[in-house]
Formats: sequence, structure tokens, C-alpha cells
Amino acid sequence: MFDTLKNKLTDVFDGLARRGALSESDVDAALSEVRLALLDADVALPAVKSFINKVREKAVGVANMRSVRPDQQVIKIVHDALVDMLGGDAAPLNLGTNPPSVILMAGLQGSGKTTTAGKLALRLRKRDRKKVMLASLDVTRPAAREQLRLLGEQAEVGVLKEVDGESPAQIAKRALQAAKLQAYDVLILDTAGRLSIDEALMAELREIKKLTNPHEILLVADSMTGQDAVLTAEAFHKAVGVTGIALTRLDGDARGGAALSMRHVTGCAIKLAGVGEKQGALEDFDPARLAGRIMDMGDVVALVEKAAETIEVEEAERLAKRMAKGQFDMNDFLSQIRQLQKMGGLGGIMGMLPGIGKMQKQIAAAGIDDSMIKRQEAIILSMTKKERISVGLLNASRRKRIALGSGSSVQEVNRLVKQYQDMARMMKKLGSKTGAAAMKAMLGGAGMGGATGAMGGAGGMPGLGALSSSFGGNLGKSMGGGLAKGIGSSLTNGLPGLGGKLSGKKK
Amino acid sequence: MNWFKKLKDGLSKSSKKVSGSLASLPSIPALIGKSKLDAASLEEVEDALIAADLGTASSTRLAAALKAHKFDGLVDANSIALALAAGLQTILEPVAKPLEIRSENRPHVVLLVGVNGSGKTTTAGKLAQIWQGQGKKVLLAAGDTFRAAAVEQLQIWGQRTGTNVIADATGGDAAALAYRALAQAIEENADVLIIDTAGRLQNRSELMDELAKIIRVIRKLDKSAPHDSVIVLDGTVGQNALSQVKAFLAVADVSGLIVTKLDGSAKGGVVVALAEEFGLPVHAVGVGEGADDLQPFAADEFAKALAGVSAS
Repeated sequence: MFDTLKNKLTDVFDGLARRGALSESDVDAALSEVRLALLDADVALPAVKSFINKVREKAVGVANMRSVRPDQQVIKIVHDALVDMLGGDAAPLNLGTNPPSVILMAGLQGSGKTTTAGKLALRLRKRDRKKVMLASLDVTRPAAREQLRLLGEQAEVGVLKEVDGESPAQIAKRALQAAKLQAYDVLILDTAGRLSIDEALMAELREIKKLTNPHEILLVADSMTGQDAVLTAEAFHKAVGVTGIALTRLDGDARGGAALSMRHVTGCAIKLAGVGEKQGALEDFDPARLAGRIMDMGDVVALVEKAAETIEVEEAERLAKRMAKGQFDMNDFLSQIRQLQKMGGLGGIMGMLPGIGKMQKQIAAAGIDDSMIKRQEAIILSMTKKERISVGLLNASRRKRIALGSGSSVQEVNRLVKQYQDMARMMKKLGSKTGAAAMKAMLGGAGMGGATGAMGGAGGMPGLGALSSSFGGNLGKSMGGGLAKGIGSSLTNGLPGLGGKLSGKKK
Repeated sequence: MNWFKKLKDGLSKSSKKVSGSLASLPSIPALIGKSKLDAASLEEVEDALIAADLGTASSTRLAAALKAHKFDGLVDANSIALALAAGLQTILEPVAKPLEIRSENRPHVVLLVGVNGSGKTTTAGKLAQIWQGQGKKVLLAAGDTFRAAAVEQLQIWGQRTGTNVIADATGGDAAALAYRALAQAIEENADVLIIDTAGRLQNRSELMDELAKIIRVIRKLDKSAPHDSVIVLDGTVGQNALSQVKAFLAVADVSGLIVTKLDGSAKGGVVVALAEEFGLPVHAVGVGEGADDLQPFAADEFAKALAGVSAS
């Protein structure tokens, strides 16, 4: 649905490559794309504005590194600033020293308070070995107390007995007393969902706070929340002084900009992340992961860093020059395969792309793994110098020899030659165009080119994209429709454009 | 009209924000006496729309349309709001269609789908109450067999409204339950069967497959069922609503939407983006916790409330 920020920035910086420091107007153009991307990710307007100002200061004047394109640099700056703003340091729950520590859950209706309370109880019991009691103060929603009781039973923690006709404040008092008497370490109070604009209910929350003096007041918020996140967070923070945020439904495909909005207005750490329907699906919040998600670009940052580290600039430039002339022989092919291996191989690269990590098994089952790359390397190494320069020499008997020499089969040799020829054809086409246009053509190519193609640009290593596109093509074919359908949804969430490509369809 | 007041009451706190921000556009004083908006104020209008969750694309389009708008007389906050409301109404008018029970369907099957916490069970209860009140014979099917106490929650709504609730214990098979409920509704010659389902995130393909199964199974009894497949959307949700509708449309043939929780500070502007993207009917909006707080969607009033037209 959305073009990824990465592609947009690539457009902005087309033609800018290798032009020294970023000027203010370059940065402004890039930042207006960043702004749109953030808004599309549901980051609230005030948070976007303050964020953009921060980034502008950092981005202007950044020297253009030789091996990393300006768009990639800006992405990294934006990413780092996002991580920073989302809270670079881990913030554990504050349980105080004087048991029972009280944790108060608050939030809008349907944000996931009761579910999170149940998950938190389980986690505190299992991981932190605490004696936990759950108490529901939700006398509004039908069967809310029943729900918390069932969750408590599943988590094998204490649950305050329900008494009909009590007010939330009365229940809170009774819960605190019970927790003290029965020597509980932690008391988790679940409350009714309430609108931030409902004065009466907010007053009730204040009263509960006064009565129980909680160590933590967690604002439970849906990661799918839109612009309203600022208003909600502001209202709850003003009313009761939120101490932390629990973000729910992060296993969905929302980009989760609400987290940024809420951090911006409350300054509170995001302490917990709900990542599934099972009771164990509660994690510590990971700012870096959410930052990548808000930017809708997977872990491209890690890819860029890796590319900058491993790809040798001289080699890359030599290749680029040859490509510009439309030259591409088996030696070039080999050099690309080796670059790919240095970066951790296909597995390593894919591991950095969210959504793909999970399907690595299936990819392995389809026979696409690093051993395939190794075999291809062996095949090329079994060719004579002459053969590597002019592939036309490869007649049947030469192919048989190469197969024997590399421990593969003639079919595999044929496949490699075909792959090489496809790529050489593409290179020739690219050779007739220049620079940015060629890069773009490659980005739009079939297969995995979308993700790794940018890398080719990043490291000044044109052709990597094309290489991976040839692997990607295989991937799509051998995986077939069924699998592609299954992974399609999870892929497209993290990486729009890639899912469709993997299923073998043209763009 | 009753629901406008409700929505207004709810939205007024929030429409104060839009109208407030329109009234407080720094560029307004400079515009007085002019008949068109300048670039700076257009950008401010666009920002106000974005802050109402309309999304960047719809906001940009609406602001651009405003650029061409020629104002009669002086430009002020209310005249901008009126012009904006007119633009919004044009988008929303075609999608404002109430949920109607067609008596030729025996029973008329309404399937409620959506992500977790969007308000499906509450909406099921409210719908039951409304149709019971109209003298219809209504059955509720507690198809959320996953969430703890979801069945109990619907049963309480059943008691409140005097509606028979068909339910299994939590953990049962939702498709089997839906089948049984429809069989019973046919046998009892009910007017309406409302099937509540478990909340599911749209990217969880195994859960979406379950939903597809529910539909497949009830179609064995009635090929035309469900007659309304309604996605329940949380009004506080942002642009992810687009992804939700798209996914549920593909799996559950969504025929319309109900937007809940519009009595808070969220304005539900994503409805506009949805109308532009999918053109699906918006049946009703939820503006409170009571059964009578589920109100038919009226385009003009929603548009006015969203744009912050000050006259009521």
C-alpha cells in the first residue's frame, strides 16, 4: 500500500550520489518524505514535528561517505533518532522494595488491559518468581472479572474473590488488604476501559491511585492506535501520572507509530510489548525493532552497516566500470557470489529482513541455501581462465568435465550458465543506460532485487541486486503458490513489494 | 437528531480540536478579506485533517480541493470548516447505508468480524437489543470461543436483551458452533442470527483461515449467508484500518463496516480514507456503552462534526 521510505528516499537522492556533504535542501527534500512516512505509520503530528527538527540538525552537513549513499545515510540517521526517541535504554518494571508492589493497568476500552494483566502475572510468577495476585476493578464490562479470573487460573496466580455490588475503589482497598495479609509480592489491578475525556471515570482512577499508591501505572495501548494516541496518553498522564506504557498487538501489521506519539507526550518508557494471543506472548520492548517497523524498511540499517563493512570499494568500483560498459563475465559473477558470501550469505541477508527469518526453513526445503552458492562457486572455479571469459566455449564435453571437477552434475552447470547468461543480458541492457536509471531498473527487477538491490547501491556494488534477482527467481518458482501465499501476508507487511515478487509474479 | 447530539457530545471534545485548530490557524488573520486560501493555511488545514486520522493521501486531496474553493465573503474558521464539511460529505454520502434486515432471508445472518478489542461482542449485544426492540426474533451465536469469558460476556448481553444465546464452552470449534446456531435459527424461524467471532489480527493467516471456514460451513445451510458480513473497527485506530478492511474483505467478503468508540477523543477520520479506498457501506457508529448508543451513520452530520462546523 505504501511505498517504502527507502524507495522514496532513493528517488529523492537519485543523482545525488557521491556529491559530498548533504546540503540543507537535500535534507529538506528527504525529510518531507520522512514526514509522510511517519504520518502514514500513525505517528502523531506533534511528535512528527519535533522529531523532524531533531533529525534536520543531525543530517545537514553529514559528510558523504564513500561507500554509503546519502539516502542510506539519512535512513540511518532517522533510524538512530527513532531508536533514541523510542527509548534507547531498557526500562524494567519498578517493583519497589516493600511488597506488595502494586501495578495499576489503565487504558481505553479494548486496548488489551485484561489480557496484558494476565500475561504480566504469568511472567512475574515464572520469570521473576513472584507471588502474584490479580484483582479486577472492572465492574462495567460484562464478564470482565470472569475473564481476569480465568486468565489468573491459567497463569496459576492468586485472584481476588469477586464480591457483587462493590465499587472499584472498595475492591481496590480490599485487594490491597488481601495482598498484604496473604504476603503477595505483586498486586496487579485491572481497571475498566475508560475514555480519556470521561471526567468521572478519570476521577475514579485518581481515587484508586490514592488508595493503593501503585509503584507502576501502566498505560495499556493498542499499537494500531492512530493520531488519537497523543490525546489519550496526555489525558491519562495528566490525570494519574503514567509510569510506563504497555504496547499491545505488536504481532499485527500496524506500523506502531503510536508508540512514538505516546513517548513524546509522556516521556514514559515503553516497558512491555504484547506479541501474541498466548499468555506467554509478552516481551520487553525493543526500540530498534519498532523503529525499523515504523520506517517500514526491515533491518536495512543493519544491511547498510554490513555492506559498508564488507564490500571492498575498489572491487565494487571496478565492477561498476565494467558494468557501465556492458561487460560481465564469469569472473564478475564469481566476484559477486563471493561478496554475497562475505555478507553472511543468503541466510544472513534474509535474516535481517523481518518476515523472512521465519520462512528460512521453507527456503532451505526448496533447496535454496548457502550450499547452493558454494556449489556455484565450485562450478566456476572448475572452469579454465579462457572459459570464464568467453562462456561460448562451453560445449558438452567441457561441461561434463566441469561437472566432474566441481562435484556437481551437468544439469547444475547448465543452470548456472543459463543464470549467468540471463544476468549478462541484463547487464548489457543496463550498460546502455547510466547511473541512476540503471540502478532503478535493477531495483524494479524480479526476485529479491528489491531488498538487496539497494544494497548494491549502498556499497557501490552494482550487480548484487541482479545477482540476488536470479536467486530470487528460482526461489519464487521452486516455492510454488501455496507457500508463497502463506508467507505473502507476513512478508508484505514488513516489506511491501517483496511478497509479491517472491511469489514469482511480475510487479 | 439524537445521534448527532451524541456524536457531537463525543466529538465536540475532539471536534474542538479540529475546529479549534482551524479557528486558531495562525494564518487566518492574514486571510480575512480574501476569497481564497494561501499555501500556508492550506498546509495547516491539511495538518488538521491528518491529526483527525484521515491519512496523508486523503488529507492532501481534500486540502487541494479547498485550494480551488472560492469563498463567499470573508474567510474565517467556520467558512473553512463548512467548505471542508461539504467536501467530506461528498465522499461519505455514498457509503452511508444503515444495516437492514431483509425478511426474505430466513434468518438474515449477520457475521461480525474484526481485530481484537474492536468491540464486536458489544456491538453484537447492541444490535440484538435494537432488533429485539423492533419485535424481531433474534438469535445470538457466541462464536468467540477463544478469548476467556467472551462467551459469558455475550450471555450477559443475551440476558439483558432477552435474546437466546447459542454457545459452547470456550475452546470449542467456532465453525461448528456457527453451523449449529444457523440450523437452530432456521428451525425456530428466527428473523436474525448475529454471529460474534473471535478477534483476530489480519496478518495471522491461520486465524483468517478459521474465519473462512466459518463462512464455508454456514453456506452449507444457506448459500446466501452471511447476508451481512460486517467488520467492526475501533474508531481510535489509525491507518492500519485500511489493512484490516483489505484483509477481512478478502477472507470474509466484508459487506460493510461499523465504527465504534467514537465518543472519545478520536475522530475516526479513517472512515474517510476507507470510503475513498473501498467504498464499502458504513452502517453505524458506536458513541457510548449503552445499547442505544449504536447509531446509524449519517454522512452530513459526521462530516460536519469532523470538520468542526460550529453551528449545531
